[in-house]
Amino acid sequence: MRNYLRGALAIYAKDIRLEARTKETISAVLAFAIIIAFIFGFAFDPSPTIVAVVGPGIVWVAYVFTGILGMNRTFALERDRGTLDGLLLAPVSHESVYAGKLASTATIMLVVEAALFPVFLVLFDLNLFNVWFVLVALAATIGFATVGTLFSAIAVHTRAREVLLPLLFLPIVLPVIIGAVSGTDAAIAGDGWDGVGKWLQFIVAFDAVFLMLSSWAFDFVLEE
Amino acid sequence: MTTHDFNPAPGAQLALEVAGLSKAFGGTPALRDVDLQLGWGEALALFGHNGAGKSTLIRTLVTLVRPDEGTVTIAGFDRVRQAAQVRSMVGYVGHQSLLYDDMTARENLRFYAKLYGIADADHRVERSLAEVGATSFANRRTRVLSNGMVKRVAIARALLHRPRVLLLDEPETGLDQGGLELLDSMVTAVKAGGASVVMSTHATERGLALADHVLVLDAGRVALAGAAANTSVGEVQRAVLGTRQAAS
Repeated sequence: MRNYLRGALAIYAKDIRLEARTKETISAVLAFAIIIAFIFGFAFDPSPTIVAVVGPGIVWVAYVFTGILGMNRTFALERDRGTLDGLLLAPVSHESVYAGKLASTATIMLVVEAALFPVFLVLFDLNLFNVWFVLVALAATIGFATVGTLFSAIAVHTRAREVLLPLLFLPIVLPVIIGAVSGTDAAIAGDGWDGVGKWLQFIVAFDAVFLMLSSWAFDFVLEE
Repeated sequence: MTTHDFNPAPGAQLALEVAGLSKAFGGTPALRDVDLQLGWGEALALFGHNGAGKSTLIRTLVTLVRPDEGTVTIAGFDRVRQAAQVRSMVGYVGHQSLLYDDMTARENLRFYAKLYGIADADHRVERSLAEVGATSFANRRTRVLSNGMVKRVAIARALLHRPRVLLLDEPETGLDQGGLELLDSMVTAVKAGGASVVMSTHATERGLALADHVLVLDAGRVALAGAAANTSVGEVQRAVLGTRQAAS
């Protein structure tokens, strides 16, 4: 357990340090997310009635697609830099490598999601500074990162990884997307735990199941 | 270099034991029924033309490639069932440096020291940098270092946890004369410390001078195996040419 945590923390700290230094993933993903938000902003009149109906969908379209873009880079950057072998050679379990990568991917996604809060507020008058929405976003992002980190590792050895990842990822995370959109709808409507609770529990259950499955499967996907 | 961070399995008589190892990629055999044994404090020079299977053998030994058939035991640990223990026993220098371009040489080594759970990490990093003559450029990002400088840091990374078995895949690539001399002295020091070395190389004379044993691979098969002292440069070169010569 100590080795597991040590490896995961070292990889997490390294990823965050590198991202803070280069801003390679955040800058690309954030620019993409803002473009998506602007396209929706120009596509229809963002009146309160319309935003109440389509707002949660817009938020999660932006988050899911930027998430895919970010997750594509989780292992692709390691492979392109030629450092993936260094992680796999460490005397820690591959589950530990998975946990470190999952944590850094989720952190980067959460930073991008938080950075989009003011964009949604300005463009759609959609206030996401809401504790229930934050909980839904946190749980859903962990779910995305849990599945995305595994599939990113699977896709990294393929030539068409940019295409393969969404094809593998989206059908699996569909329950999380449904839960996140529904939970966001309830959070924005001010339903509190009564409205958000069931979706939050649904997403957390998904996270728990896929965290165990992905952790177990990860050991098999990276060796040649 | 006599203290090691990780201990072999109790009673491990050999540093490395390979039996009937085979590996194919997409139906193309890369290794065919390879047998190999290496004692503690011994060095093996691995020869073969490009595509002969040298890198695949080394990558299989360090757990980066999963074997199709056969067994691999390193320091008494089974390559498949005890992969994490095997990884703690091996140090690896391959074709890539395994260093992060946007981190300095020192930051790279500190990261790997944490990953390996080395207790006196800062002290060990400084010592490793000094051993490979990299202290003067340790605060520069590896992106701006020359190939030779990067190779020195890569060697320091591989030796950071004082491995029991050091595996070098054409380590001389990119090194100048000073770097080559440093590499030779490192291999000698590692052996003197009781650890074993497997080194693939195209430099026949250097390989024979450094090694106790010789293994030549040809199309994934063992074409020649024996004691380095009893093997001539010509014998190695003929074995390396192997099927290529026969085909021509």
